[in-house]
Amino acid sequence: MTQTDLEVKKDPNDAAPQPGDERMWTARVRGAAVRAFPPGKLLPDRQPSYVASWIYIFGVLTVAAFVVILASGVVLVVRGPSWWHISKIGLYFNSIHLWAVELFFFFMVIHLWGKFFMAAWRGRRRATWITGVVSFLVSVGAAFTGYISQQNFDSQWIATQAKDGINSTGVGAVFNVLDFGQMLLWHVLLLPVVVATLVGVHVLLVRRRGVVHPLPVRGTTVDPGS
Amino acid sequence: MNAAIVNLTHPDHYLHWGFIQLSLANGIVIVAMVLVFALALVLPFRSRGRSGR
Repeated sequence: MTQTDLEVKKDPNDAAPQPGDERMWTARVRGAAVRAFPPGKLLPDRQPSYVASWIYIFGVLTVAAFVVILASGVVLVVRGPSWWHISKIGLYFNSIHLWAVELFFFFMVIHLWGKFFMAAWRGRRRATWITGVVSFLVSVGAAFTGYISQQNFDSQWIATQAKDGINSTGVGAVFNVLDFGQMLLWHVLLLPVVVATLVGVHVLLVRRRGVVHPLPVRGTTVDPGS
Repeated sequence: MNAAIVNLTHPDHYLHWGFIQLSLANGIVIVAMVLVFALALVLPFRSRGRSGR
């Protein structure tokens, strides 16, 4: 029997390595990924009963708005500024992009309030909380660079008002809000990649640790770790 | 040039409360967020009646 015959007989859905392959990096990475995110945990069919509340939908609404932002942003990138400034369809997509951002922050702030008041960092969920906070801060930067990429008087006003504040922090030399090309590239490439990565990690951590339990009623104790 | 839905050719309306100065537009958004947050807490959530753990 040849090596090829052995490989063909192995079930491709079986994550366990073949005997002798345990130390290969592919087997170790696969094993760690399956242990951290077993399929039933990565995409569960059911959620705990306490998740049946409207306050739990604002995270996924934020993600939905983010998808619309990315999709409309890609359309704007493909067609360019002369299209989004002048044509009616371009103005429409420009508006979709803007209002999706408004809804993104609207939903994200309510998500933040809900998670803050249920102390959602309990039960080894610190990393989930931190990635959410950093996502919020980077999103503010992404929105800011978007507002100064509008190419109108509003963007000029915002950029000239912001430059003194940015310069006072000492980063103005490398982050020049009056440099339109730099701001546009941060807005259309760098910051979206960072936000998408952080949101992806945030969602994976939610899957791994699960949704935090409600706070215990006074006088009782509930383990938030499970 | 397409006309805006609302007249934008005037200074924005601002709310003044002590040292706090807030544009009316931002104030409306903040009030709407608080309202939606409160409604999310009190409105019943219609699930399929199938709960997990």
